[in-house]
Amino acid sequence: MEHYLSIFISTIFVENMALAYFLGMCTFLAISKKIGAAFGLGVAVIVVQIITVPVNNLLFTHVLSEGALAWAGLPDVDLSFLGLVTYIGVIAALVQILEMVLDKFVPKLYSALGVFLPLITVNCAILGSTMFMVERSYTFNESLAFGAGSGVGWALAITALAGIREKMKYSDVPEGLRGLGITFITVGLMSLGFMSFGGIDL
Amino acid sequence: MRPLRNFLDKIEPDFHKGGKWEKWYSLYEAVDTVFYRPADVTKTTAHVRDGIDLKRIMITVWLCTFPAMLYGMYNLGFQANAAMAELGIAAVEGWRGSFIEMFAGYDPNSVWDSFWHGAAYFLPIYFVVFVVGGFWEVLFATVRGHEVNEGFFVTSVLFALICPPDLPLWQAALGISFGVVVGKEIFGGTGKNFLNPALTGRAFLFFAYPAYISGDEVWTAVDGYSGATALSVAFTDGMAGLQNQMTWFDAFFGSIQGSIGETSTLAILMGGAVLLIMGIASWRIVGGVMLGMIATALLFNVIGSDTNPMFAMPWYWHLVVGGFAFGMIFMATDPVSAAMTNAGKWWFGILIGFMVVIIRVVNPAFPEGMMLAILFANLFAPLIDHGVVQANIKRRLARG
Repeated sequence: MEHYLSIFISTIFVENMALAYFLGMCTFLAISKKIGAAFGLGVAVIVVQIITVPVNNLLFTHVLSEGALAWAGLPDVDLSFLGLVTYIGVIAALVQILEMVLDKFVPKLYSALGVFLPLITVNCAILGSTMFMVERSYTFNESLAFGAGSGVGWALAITALAGIREKMKYSDVPEGLRGLGITFITVGLMSLGFMSFGGIDL
Repeated sequence: MRPLRNFLDKIEPDFHKGGKWEKWYSLYEAVDTVFYRPADVTKTTAHVRDGIDLKRIMITVWLCTFPAMLYGMYNLGFQANAAMAELGIAAVEGWRGSFIEMFAGYDPNSVWDSFWHGAAYFLPIYFVVFVVGGFWEVLFATVRGHEVNEGFFVTSVLFALICPPDLPLWQAALGISFGVVVGKEIFGGTGKNFLNPALTGRAFLFFAYPAYISGDEVWTAVDGYSGATALSVAFTDGMAGLQNQMTWFDAFFGSIQGSIGETSTLAILMGGAVLLIMGIASWRIVGGVMLGMIATALLFNVIGSDTNPMFAMPWYWHLVVGGFAFGMIFMATDPVSAAMTNAGKWWFGILIGFMVVIIRVVNPAFPEGMMLAILFANLFAPLIDHGVVQANIKRRLARG
């Protein structure tokens, strides 16, 4: 249990998807103007992560990896070259389902997220977590903890950024830096703050 | 003072719009308000008057750093002189040596010698920080047409005080440039930034030049003398090793190695008491930091660990070593980057206290965590305020 907890915690803080690996930047910068929308998107990412990473883990260990098809009488088959296509397919299907669910039950959030909800499909933080999972050869339980942690970490980062950007409405940023420019600098400074965890070995 | 006023009045029209020096109005305004009260008065109703404006707040904070600064200079010189006596070095070479020898010697037992030796290291750093930072401040004020703000006095003195004594001057210049420009001015100047500018500059140096700024050799201003800070001693040798080197009162009064202004908890608390009584530093934030630090330290004491001696460090040691006291009094209470709501200030403080102990105890990469803990809490201050405000709205709606 302690092992899973330390994976969970270290993915949130030490290896934060957004602020340590800078993954998922396009949505991170675009949907961080309002705390409410950012929080909603964060929750959506958490849900997608919790489901996709373990599902992809199952697919990898039981279908794709070398010798995984031994149960079907094919011990020499190595399908890992199909990894990328499979993972992104799983992610896309899940996002479609999530979109329909949100449209039905939380239409306000659905319209606030707009085009960025389908864009979660190509959010690199999500595919990135799956790739990390494969690379680090996590077990199913570990991948569950990792998926949850990476989602929560990304959600935390985007909500904090939205808080700062709401406060920055009162700032007086030079003309040329307004909008995305200052947001990039803000994210860089946030990452400086998150460096406090760099080096913790859980 | 009459002639000065007349002179300032005489040249004032040149600085207004259309005058020949209109670009330099911010500079004129800065000089004028250093000597005189601004002439602006409230012209309509609602004459709520209080002398406590931004200028007085900033100047008070600046003055309150003086006990820590003066003691820091003495201690810096004392540590250096003692190390020189130990290593058998007779004199400091270069321009610092001639500066010291003008008025003093190298006797560690003489208060004046130690103080002057410390001044030879602190004053150049402070001077460089002040001039370089002031240059950026005036440049932005001139181009963007806002006023030169006294907040810069505070930023520069705080930045100089959290530098290690042996910091190369070009690094001090680089650090304060980053702090003032990226940490503050590109957001529009004083009151519009979200991170503490002095800490931003210091953190930039910390990550850009780790070998210079976090090694063992920088804490005493003598070439070739290597001495670890209290926190790194505690990290490697445990509490027993730490107590072999110093007593709690050594750390409290500050005769230990460390950054210039942060060694003496007593001197910092003297300045801090003034700030708290005058209501400039928020007692809620200070209380929150103490509360969070004590609770987390006690928690680690209870958990205990066989491999990591930092788990056993009691809270009253956390208070006196490293930059904890300095950060708590002068950095965490920065009214711009801290949380604004009353309940939020408590949570903000608790987050800092929690984080600083976490970093000190479980993060082997950084022995000291105060700087990073405050920066981290700065990131979440707007979110904390948002939460407090939303909770308040909910509570009032429920009340009907």
